Amino acid sequence: MVLLCSCRKETRPLDGIAADSPPSSGDAFVEASLGDASYLNPLLASDSSSGGICSLVYNGLVKYDKDLKLVGELAESWEVRNGGLEILFHLRKDVRWHDGEPFTSADVKYTYDRLVDPQVKTPYGSDFQMVASVEAPDALTVRVRYKTPFAPALESWGMGIIPRHVFEDAPEGSDFNKHPANRAPIGTGPYRFTEWRTDEKIVLTANPDYFEGPPFLRRYIFRIIPDLAVQFLELRQENIDMMGLTPDQYRAYPEFFRNYNKFRYPAFSYTYFAFNLNSPLFNDKRVRKALAHAIRKDEIIDGVLLGFGRPATGPYPPTSWAFNESVRDYEPSDDKAKALLAEAGWKDGDGDGILEKEGRPFEFTLITNQGNKLRELSAIILQSHFSRIGIKMNLRVLEWSSFLHNYVDKKNFDAVILGWNLSRDPDQYGIWHSSQRGEGQYNFVDYVNPRVDELLEKGRRIFDQGQRKQIYREIHSILADDLPYIFLYYPESLPTVHKRVRGPRVAPAGLGWNFREWFVPKEIQKYQYASQG
Amino acid sequence: MTGYFFRRLFLMVPLLWGITFVTFGVMQLAPGKPVDVMTDMNVKMSAESKQKLVRLYGLDKPWYVQYGLWLKRFVRLDFGRSFKDDRSVSRKILERLPATLLLNVLSLLLIFVVAIPIGVASAVRQNSFFDKGMTVFVFIGFSIPTVWLALLMMIAFGLKLGWLPISGLRSLNYDELSWFGRMADVARHLVLPVTVSAFTGLAGLSRYMRNGLLEVIRQDYVRTARAKGLPESTVIYRHALRNALIPVVTLLGLYLPELIGGSFIFETIFAYPGMGRLGFEAIMARDYPVVMGVGVIAALLTLLGNFLADVAYGYVDPRIRHSK
Repeated sequence: MVLLCSCRKETRPLDGIAADSPPSSGDAFVEASLGDASYLNPLLASDSSSGGICSLVYNGLVKYDKDLKLVGELAESWEVRNGGLEILFHLRKDVRWHDGEPFTSADVKYTYDRLVDPQVKTPYGSDFQMVASVEAPDALTVRVRYKTPFAPALESWGMGIIPRHVFEDAPEGSDFNKHPANRAPIGTGPYRFTEWRTDEKIVLTANPDYFEGPPFLRRYIFRIIPDLAVQFLELRQENIDMMGLTPDQYRAYPEFFRNYNKFRYPAFSYTYFAFNLNSPLFNDKRVRKALAHAIRKDEIIDGVLLGFGRPATGPYPPTSWAFNESVRDYEPSDDKAKALLAEAGWKDGDGDGILEKEGRPFEFTLITNQGNKLRELSAIILQSHFSRIGIKMNLRVLEWSSFLHNYVDKKNFDAVILGWNLSRDPDQYGIWHSSQRGEGQYNFVDYVNPRVDELLEKGRRIFDQGQRKQIYREIHSILADDLPYIFLYYPESLPTVHKRVRGPRVAPAGLGWNFREWFVPKEIQKYQYASQG
Repeated sequence: MTGYFFRRLFLMVPLLWGITFVTFGVMQLAPGKPVDVMTDMNVKMSAESKQKLVRLYGLDKPWYVQYGLWLKRFVRLDFGRSFKDDRSVSRKILERLPATLLLNVLSLLLIFVVAIPIGVASAVRQNSFFDKGMTVFVFIGFSIPTVWLALLMMIAFGLKLGWLPISGLRSLNYDELSWFGRMADVARHLVLPVTVSAFTGLAGLSRYMRNGLLEVIRQDYVRTARAKGLPESTVIYRHALRNALIPVVTLLGLYLPELIGGSFIFETIFAYPGMGRLGFEAIMARDYPVVMGVGVIAALLTLLGNFLADVAYGYVDPRIRHSK
């Protein structure tokens, strides 16, 4: 499969400095975040700030490489045995915790025990419920047994492994949640924790003993700036080295980016228009197809995302190995839409411009959540598209919590605009399987297709990526044809990085995958640090 | 006086209890639960895991039981632990208090230093060009959106002129600075937030001052002072101002909750690590223990502020002191 990555890099070396300077260590890298971290413990952290810091301080057994392939991190290799009922991890032997203690299989076992501990406030326990047992036959081997084969399980071992010897004094869960190490973590990762000033900044320092080699950037500073406009001013002033931009910021005056490189690549997410398949309006596939023909996704992408996105055809983004590039999108055509609607019995009998069937006009309400301008604007554009084929769509924007719990969870809607952020593994059992239709579960459109159920179950049992690829490609094409959602667009990530920093390269995994190799040539280093260590 | 003092103090107890009850009730009525941040639209999370979190946070109990438990801890001065990071609420509050106090005391001082002369000068030259100009000036400050003004000042002094840092309380190299360097660093960071907050707060006080003085200036004893042939400055500053300041002193008490409660808008826009952000973020995340903690402290300070205003009033105005 050929994946074309739509990454255009607009780069120019900082004046006077050769683009190919040799890597040198030193300098600091400053990033900004809207919110402060909560726990610097990968088992407890659920917010993106904490997650970002944890990923630099801790390692998992496995990780995704730049091409989104699972490779070993703390595990040197692994064997999948007994048709997936057992995974044997062989650990690296040269790994030490930041305090000098050796890393062993006991730490992995301890991490697992806490993940399933009923007293630990972890949001990640579900991934490990299918584990039958975790054993540590020797210091460098971990044997995980599963109740049933579960392919996405491998990905779940990307969970940060925590040090047993540090947390040991907290065997019962409640103390684990309050342990001081949650604010001063000791990990195995490329950066060591240095300082956390609440609501101001978190500082990490390069780990000189990192097992893959120490990172070049000496310090990592995470500044908390809770306002996007102010973040942008700080960026303009070159006080921040990296920031994710909004489409209109990306298009700001070139002088804003004199010393920055801008990047763009598809984010691992999509935005969709979902039907309530129980609704008498939408249980007819021809009607859903008619709506898909009426939509001009390009207009939404140009108008809402200022061009920074691409039309979606299914539940996998183009950078995923599960993406099926042979799926054709619905051709924008009002004639086709009208023909399909006529076939389904919808005609404009009274000449008021709105279709009717058995005396009922074609009118429905789309709901979406407050605070997401992109979704609101998309909805307004859709309104005009549907009115052209004689469908009246009303729009209601609701506060998030009530939107979710009173409308979506209770299936109390005609149609909804939402988005999914995806995990790298293409298993979307929770979204499409017919068993997941209960209140508060995520198949809230009530989608039922026995073939899709079968494929989803099979995809979880098979570990071979080649075979899984076929399964998910088929799911992609079935969903594109069944249209429980109209997949609207895949948005793009738009990060910008200061030009003095060398090394950022866009890959299917995004931008930060080789952060350890980023560096600033000696002569243009901005922050000076006296001594090493 | 002493009886009045204790009666007022005693009455604060049921009032405070009522406030905690209403705060707790309103919080329960707001849609959404604290664990939603973790569980909403999280496909990776099973129903059992959600249940487990709800149980661990004690949210499976009926609201009145939760309130009872909270009250029981509260009488032992224990505000519980934050849902966000499991740290004690009192610690989180204490951590942010100095920064908020610093900002608000400075801005309050600036307000007093600027507003009182403005008020006096306007009253002395009532309806003059200066008076009208000042009226326009302070009301511009009063009605201007803080966020907008703050951003403009940041662009002007931070970006274009480069004189001042844009946001935050300390530079990144703060720890490497000398003691004097640190003071200077914090001072530079404080200039913009203090100025913006003082400018937007000028109107109230300068108006009080102007009207207070205008009232006093027309009284007989001021006329007597003038008739005695005292110089105008002595008349105004020694005789008239003292009485005109009485309502201003009481205002001080009312500023108390603001002083400690902080402002969400300032602190967010200037990336300032204070109480306002703590409270606001807790409300958005439905972090009940922190909301209650911040709420109780704000309520307590409001009550205390009112109380102190009354006491101060009695102190500066002998007429009130002696009538009881």
